[in-house]
Amino acid sequence: MVSGSEEESGFPADDYESLIATTDVELLKRAWMNEKAAPEILHFQTREQIQLMEETVEEFGENGTDPLTVSLYQMNLDRTQFLLRSYLQIRLQKIEKYMFHILKTDVWSWLSEQEQKFAKRCTDDMERHLEQSVLSRLPDGYQSILKQSVASEEDDMVPEPRLDTFVFYKSKGSIEAFQLDDSKEVVDLVADDLYILRYNSVNPLIESGQIDLV
Amino acid sequence: MAGQSDPYISLFSAQEVEFLGEDEMVEIVPNMRMDPLNLICGDFGPFRPQIATQVPLWLAVALKKRGKCTIRPPEWMSVDKLTQVLEAERNSLREFQPLPFHYVEIARLLSDHARDDIPDVYMVRSLIEDIRNVRFHKVETGLETIHERTHAVKLKNLSAMEANIVRPFVVRALQAFYKHDSPEMIPQPDTTAIRRRQVADRGPKRDRRY
Repeated sequence: MVSGSEEESGFPADDYESLIATTDVELLKRAWMNEKAAPEILHFQTREQIQLMEETVEEFGENGTDPLTVSLYQMNLDRTQFLLRSYLQIRLQKIEKYMFHILKTDVWSWLSEQEQKFAKRCTDDMERHLEQSVLSRLPDGYQSILKQSVASEEDDMVPEPRLDTFVFYKSKGSIEAFQLDDSKEVVDLVADDLYILRYNSVNPLIESGQIDLV
Repeated sequence: MAGQSDPYISLFSAQEVEFLGEDEMVEIVPNMRMDPLNLICGDFGPFRPQIATQVPLWLAVALKKRGKCTIRPPEWMSVDKLTQVLEAERNSLREFQPLPFHYVEIARLLSDHARDDIPDVYMVRSLIEDIRNVRFHKVETGLETIHERTHAVKLKNLSAMEANIVRPFVVRALQAFYKHDSPEMIPQPDTTAIRRRQVADRGPKRDRRY
């Protein structure tokens, strides 16, 4: 993993580019964009990356002696912190929205530890609140948080993220003959062109990192 | 509509698109001496007077504001090039000309902060305005042609800001078409069909050369 404090000594142009492309900041930026554009919560980017990011952010606060460099470092710090905070914020918003859904599916494993604690507290509080204010006064068969009535087979009171919404994205490399799942359509995705497709169809590609949401 | 996902979480605001655009690299000519900057996002410098170097746009603007450099406008931002692009945009009704993905943001930031570094800056500004208008008009006309269930839309050469502006509308429109145009929704009358019957799922891929 490349962090910003490594020595750069006359790298040829395209190596430098690929080096930059894999810095922590770049990865965080990617994660942020994907998270923003996706209707559901995505895998939490590895713990270590975020931690390393936070540490380097602290370190760089001390560098530089003259006011110019100090202010530039500060700007850089602010920018990176913005990305970090916004990323965490969006995730929290999504957790709040879909908390019951997260609890009962395996999306749970995509959250970080603190997020899991947050989600648990959220659901507990929400349950208690609904119980006390409304549910306990409803007739017997209708008191569940998750189901509309005892007669329901599924948990139909749980809002689910809208997975079939359309998203904009850019493909990183060409993908030939990509199969859209429900129709028999086959689509060619050329590198660097902008496409709009249903989130459902491209979900696996996002996970494997082949496309980037815009 | 119950169950409609909240549109606000997933929208990029204009400032956020600009934030992303600020990471694009530009060339500057420093007028002072400075040691290399070891920033989190990479190392830049060393800065020597009159020796051009590449830095991200936000850094360039910051240095420019403090009078430490001049910014060299990117080569696509000249009156000649832009006039060519405008011509080409006007001539082709459905295609977009290749422009840098963040051209709107770059042009805006440079003309706000580095006005004196751009030759014919007013001309350049008005050309870019015209290009934006022509392109956006094309996007609007293109959107009018969506009239059935579409699975995929290809938008070649659209820029970040333009995509962001049409995003909410396009997403809702495509979703609505998807929902209302689905073959399950249309009842299959067995005898006298007054309405035209939808033949299986036509959902074609719109490979329009946008």
